[in-house]
Amino acid sequence: MLSRVAEHIYWLSRYVERAENTARIVTVNANLLLDLPKGIAPGWRPLVDITGSNALFEEHYSDYGELQVVRFLIGDERNSGSILSALVAARENCRTIRDFVPREAWELLNELYLFAREDLDKGMTKSGRHTYLKRIIQGVQTITGMLSGTMLHDQGYDFLHLGRFLERADMTTRIIDVRSANLLPEETTELRPYETIQWVSVLKSMTGYQAYRRSEQVRVLRGSVLRFLFQHPDFPRSVNRCVEALRTSLAKLPRNEGALRVAGRLKRTLEAVEPRRLNQQQLHAFVDDLQVSIGELHVEIARTWFPPPLVMEQTQSQG
Amino acid sequence: MTIDWNAYPCGDFYDELLAVPGQARPALAGLLTDLESLGADELVARQAAANVSIKEMGITFTVYSEEGGAIDRTWPFDIIPRVIPQSEWERVDAGLRQRVQALNLFIDDLYHDQNIIKDGVFPAEVLAKSVNFRPQCVGVDPPLGIWAHVCGSDLVRDGDGTIYVLEDNLRVPSGVSYMLENRLVTKRVFPELFDHYAPLPVDDYPSQLFDTLAALSPRPADYPAVVVLTPGIYNSAYFEHAYLAQQMGCELVEGRDLFVDDDDCVYMRTVDGAARVDVIYRRIDDLYLDPEAFLPESTLGVPGLLRSWKAGNVALANAPGAGVADDKVVYAFVPEIIRYYLDQAPIIPNVPTYRCMEPDALAYTLEHMAQLVVKPANESGGYGMLVGPASTQAERDAFARLIQNDPRNYISQPALKLSTVPTVIDRALEPRHVDLRPFILSADRQQVTRGGLTRVAMRQGSLVVNSSQGGGSKDTWILPEQPDASSI
Repeated sequence: MLSRVAEHIYWLSRYVERAENTARIVTVNANLLLDLPKGIAPGWRPLVDITGSNALFEEHYSDYGELQVVRFLIGDERNSGSILSALVAARENCRTIRDFVPREAWELLNELYLFAREDLDKGMTKSGRHTYLKRIIQGVQTITGMLSGTMLHDQGYDFLHLGRFLERADMTTRIIDVRSANLLPEETTELRPYETIQWVSVLKSMTGYQAYRRSEQVRVLRGSVLRFLFQHPDFPRSVNRCVEALRTSLAKLPRNEGALRVAGRLKRTLEAVEPRRLNQQQLHAFVDDLQVSIGELHVEIARTWFPPPLVMEQTQSQG
Repeated sequence: MTIDWNAYPCGDFYDELLAVPGQARPALAGLLTDLESLGADELVARQAAANVSIKEMGITFTVYSEEGGAIDRTWPFDIIPRVIPQSEWERVDAGLRQRVQALNLFIDDLYHDQNIIKDGVFPAEVLAKSVNFRPQCVGVDPPLGIWAHVCGSDLVRDGDGTIYVLEDNLRVPSGVSYMLENRLVTKRVFPELFDHYAPLPVDDYPSQLFDTLAALSPRPADYPAVVVLTPGIYNSAYFEHAYLAQQMGCELVEGRDLFVDDDDCVYMRTVDGAARVDVIYRRIDDLYLDPEAFLPESTLGVPGLLRSWKAGNVALANAPGAGVADDKVVYAFVPEIIRYYLDQAPIIPNVPTYRCMEPDALAYTLEHMAQLVVKPANESGGYGMLVGPASTQAERDAFARLIQNDPRNYISQPALKLSTVPTVIDRALEPRHVDLRPFILSADRQQVTRGGLTRVAMRQGSLVVNSSQGGGSKDTWILPEQPDASSI
């Protein structure tokens, strides 16, 4: 398989995963805010914190109001992390490897992109938002299913997995980082009644509430939730599960020593802690460690299998 | 509203579906009645369904805007098929094979002994001024002696029903993927028509193309490494490049995916390391193929590619330099070329052509510009030409100066009454002018597409069918004669 194609599949996969994750955090935040009293509701700013694009946001918007944040995250093409931008980028990567991606999957992605663009106005209204985001999430899940059901489970599929699970691990750590920061003046008694709701919302933004309930069979508590999201071996969005999926795919690729080494280090970092015992500062440092390792893994994957960086682009017209 | 074929204005054009208003051509059997029974509302609904299909299938082509951006446009398609009876097609098929066979012999001759020039059949000065002759290719023996493996020839039908060849595209002809997709869309939106009619299938083209390319491989192997080389997603035909690679199960590569190693062989960069490439179906123009041999500033190609090709380590389709026969002045000599190499009379005629390099023809052209179409030798896509009947005096004067400055670069032809096909315009069926681009494959054997890509000028009265200039397209049916048409 061509190195360039491997790279496009990887990014295609990362971008559709990003679109889904963003849709999830917006949906859950909207629900959460309905449940919390106005005075203590964290508002919309944390969503921008999660995506780490505050500087860009503040360049274009004067405050972190609902309308502004939702526009920024759903449909602002100046934000390369918005749902629309992610789908544009996914489609562009897919278009470049159309010979490789099964036709039905390309059609689904194209339809989803067209929907995201054409229904954007509805998606930005309070009443239309839920339906819009649900359709995005379902659309990505359908694409994922279509790909796994139709494309060859060869190296391309491994790169698809690498993109998906790297992006997902990255997003899970970001969500934990930002959400827990908001949650944790633990001493503030006033917050207590609502803390459970907020941890539930963290789980829900990863569709993990039901899974948590079944698997942990304890109340929703900080320590258990953190362990579940970091270390659970079977929950598809836990960091541990993502790292395991990455290691499985890496193991099948040629010349994988470097990448496997980084992934192994990531796994050891992950297993070395007991999340319950981390105070907020330590938790933040721990997430930083994980993020650095995730970044290193990306660099190693690119260095090993992707083409050398392009020097310059040129276009040409033909009859 | 109903469809009334009696009110359909054939004018003095040859309509591909109607012999006269109200009466279908015999080969069509009941097609007109079938369309009529659907009714206008349903027809409009089907057209809308086709448009949605095309958008969702992502069938696109790319156009360039003045602002520098490339825009991905959905492919324009009209649902009413264009029908050609099989018996007529068989003659066209034979004519195209003859033509391409002669053109390949001609190209090979030009890069070797140039007998056709020595024998006084083809003027040396035409070759001397050809912008597509590549001195770098002189003396090269491509596999099987074939230079133009994929040819797209444009056919038009005049008012009296005669089919002419308008031009031959021997460099990187495009459009075949749209031919295939058009059939797919027609099946989606008109499934019931396929219960009654059995147009010859077109979908074996990708496997025929693969066989053609595989036959050129320098290494005898069961499964040669064939790749499609594209300039990238900004090329107007990128959709097609990706489509063909996918359909053939080949890698779609860009120049930067390939490199020529010290052994003068071509390799692609893969996840597993370097992998040898045997055959390159290149969709990049000659001059961008290899910065070592042609334009040094091009980054689209592969340094050393020509060296590898000359050494016989990789096959290129079409061969570099094949475009020498893709020139509107050379076109004017094709009837002579066929007679010279094959000793046969041309089966499909050329459009009568005045070569402005000849004094009489130049005088005639300048005198009759209002009735003629004047074309420069080496432009494609309908650019840089003058359509006499639609021109102003000022345009004709400007063109006359261009011709006089460089007569070798121009030909003129009578403005043909291009045939028409009923086309859905708003809520009615109106005649629109069409041409046809079949594709001819040549390697160890020749194959011709069954039909080809029918292009439609969507504006009333317009003769410009190029998609870059607002043209549309239709599915093309080669229809076997039906034993008893009245039973349908």
